[in-house]
Amino acid sequence: MAENPNNAVLRLGGIRKSYLSGESELEVLHGIDLTLQRGEFAALIGPSGSGKSTLLNLIGLLDRPTAGQLFIDGEETSTLPESSITKLRGQRIGFVFQHHCLIPAFTALENVMMPLLVERGRPDTAMRQRAAELLAEVGLADRQDYLTSRLSGGQQQRVAIARSLAMNPSLVLADEPTGNLDTHTADDIFALLREVNIREQTTFLIVTHDPRLAARCDRIIELVDGHIVSDGNQRLPD
Amino acid sequence: MAMSPWLPFEWIAATRFLREGRTQSLLIIVGVGVGVSVIVFMSALLSGLQSNLVKRTLSSQSHIVLLPPEEIARPLDGGESGKSAGPLIQKQAQRLRSIDQWQNIRGRLEKMPEIAAVSPVASGPAFAVRGDANKSVSLIGIEPENYNRVIGLEERIVAGRLRLNAGEAVIGIELARDLGATVGDKLRLNTNNGANDTLTITGLFDLGNKGVNARNVYVGLRSAQSLLDLVGGVSSIDLSLRDIYAAEGLALKIAAETGLQADSWIKTNAQFFTALTSQRISSNVIRFFIGLSVAFGIASVLVVSVVQRSKEIGILRAMGASRGQILRTFLLQGGIVGLLGSLLGSALAWSFLAIWRMLALNPDGTPMFMIDVEPELIVIAAGGATLVGILAALMPARRAANLDPVVAIRG
Repeated sequence: MAENPNNAVLRLGGIRKSYLSGESELEVLHGIDLTLQRGEFAALIGPSGSGKSTLLNLIGLLDRPTAGQLFIDGEETSTLPESSITKLRGQRIGFVFQHHCLIPAFTALENVMMPLLVERGRPDTAMRQRAAELLAEVGLADRQDYLTSRLSGGQQQRVAIARSLAMNPSLVLADEPTGNLDTHTADDIFALLREVNIREQTTFLIVTHDPRLAARCDRIIELVDGHIVSDGNQRLPD
Repeated sequence: MAMSPWLPFEWIAATRFLREGRTQSLLIIVGVGVGVSVIVFMSALLSGLQSNLVKRTLSSQSHIVLLPPEEIARPLDGGESGKSAGPLIQKQAQRLRSIDQWQNIRGRLEKMPEIAAVSPVASGPAFAVRGDANKSVSLIGIEPENYNRVIGLEERIVAGRLRLNAGEAVIGIELARDLGATVGDKLRLNTNNGANDTLTITGLFDLGNKGVNARNVYVGLRSAQSLLDLVGGVSSIDLSLRDIYAAEGLALKIAAETGLQADSWIKTNAQFFTALTSQRISSNVIRFFIGLSVAFGIASVLVVSVVQRSKEIGILRAMGASRGQILRTFLLQGGIVGLLGSLLGSALAWSFLAIWRMLALNPDGTPMFMIDVEPELIVIAAGGATLVGILAALMPARRAANLDPVVAIRG
């Protein structure tokens, strides 16, 4: 696949991350180079402790690299002030976490509206409309006004997916999105992510332990001990 | 349940969080309410009590009394300057004198905006004689209209009326009892300079003070002047002020301007006034500590709430919520708890006072004194409690805003 930097949703150049562990510095990521093009559907795999979560937090702009460059939609982020990072994160990146990632004080619809509400400050009809459409797309049109505690695990994860798409993000990061679900539901959720990817050309980076699911992604990036040890396309995106 | 379109995110999130943690929120609102109710009840009770005490104290006193300057004995120094006569100064006995230029001074006083009424008085000792009864009294010559605006004698008349033409007098109920006299009876007054007059009693007063009721005899200013050998003069000028607590400052100012001795009610009743002040200080101390414990209560509930919600806070941050939005969400929760608590507290205080009014009665069934929760007090309590709530929320809210989203989400 020819890498066109202008079309890159995400580009990492020499990303390093170390933590202070007692007296000594512990480097978790040793210079990661990675590019994701628009519309890619990629899996990030690796044993625990390999640095997957750290890498995901850096890409999600929740954390900052110790060294290296990180571009989102061609914009270098490592020099931006925190307020701009927060804004960029809200607008360009969608998150689907493993579990319990909805806000229980709000209904399904309100959870989906949340990124829009946070960005615009006040609720309006347009964001309500948008949230209702997204809920319908994930098959929960009839659950709009349910508090999240009344939804099943699979339904909660569908709401989370709808929410991650609310801002039309460039990149959706999913951290073990099916980790807590039974196989059947997990397949459904995975199929839903794939469907959104094909329909909206949304870029996905999915962290998973499940080799069966990883095998269904277009590209598998394998991280071991803070290095990318393999990065292979299985199938070109359409 | 629906989101109102005019409310910002912070407000929506704050109310939802409070509603979700219902038990916690209710408990702390009740806690704040109890604190506020004690403050409101105590304030209303204290101000009612104090204004009642002050009113009673001032019922037979003017706010400021102006007297002629004290006469001082100046020892002769024998012509040798620099050689003082030493500590041989003896206080001179004060005789009854008129205030110099009192008409002039009165004109100036009447122009001062702080002064509500000016009443010249000619007073001195006398004996009231009726039959075999002989009582030492204070003879007070007044201009009834002006004196009324200072002491309010007219509304204290319990029999007859306040009429002081020549040959007429108004006496207290105690004196009337001592002399066995009533309205319409005659009374003879002797003064120590040999003057005497027979007066008709036109009214009886009750100024709420036994001594005053037994001693004061009011006559017209002219009658008193001739009885006391003070023709054309007055022995004191009584003043009524718009702000009674400004009395001491104003007294000093008038004394400096006129050279007269000016005694304010605050100085005359120094002990009473000190008691009032220390009562107010101790109630302020109590109020402060109640406020402090309310603040700690709100803070501790919010600290727990931040810990409980740290994951949600992390998710909101991941979705682009700024630190400021999170900070304001928690500050608002503190403010809302304070406001609701203060409303509950005001309602409680109002009920306490209703009960108090039923229980605190004089033996004859009339209320001991008037107390009311003034709307002003409720507004101050609400504003104060809201502010305390926001201040108490400051620490937990900052903690929430500074959460590291990575840690919070994993948590």
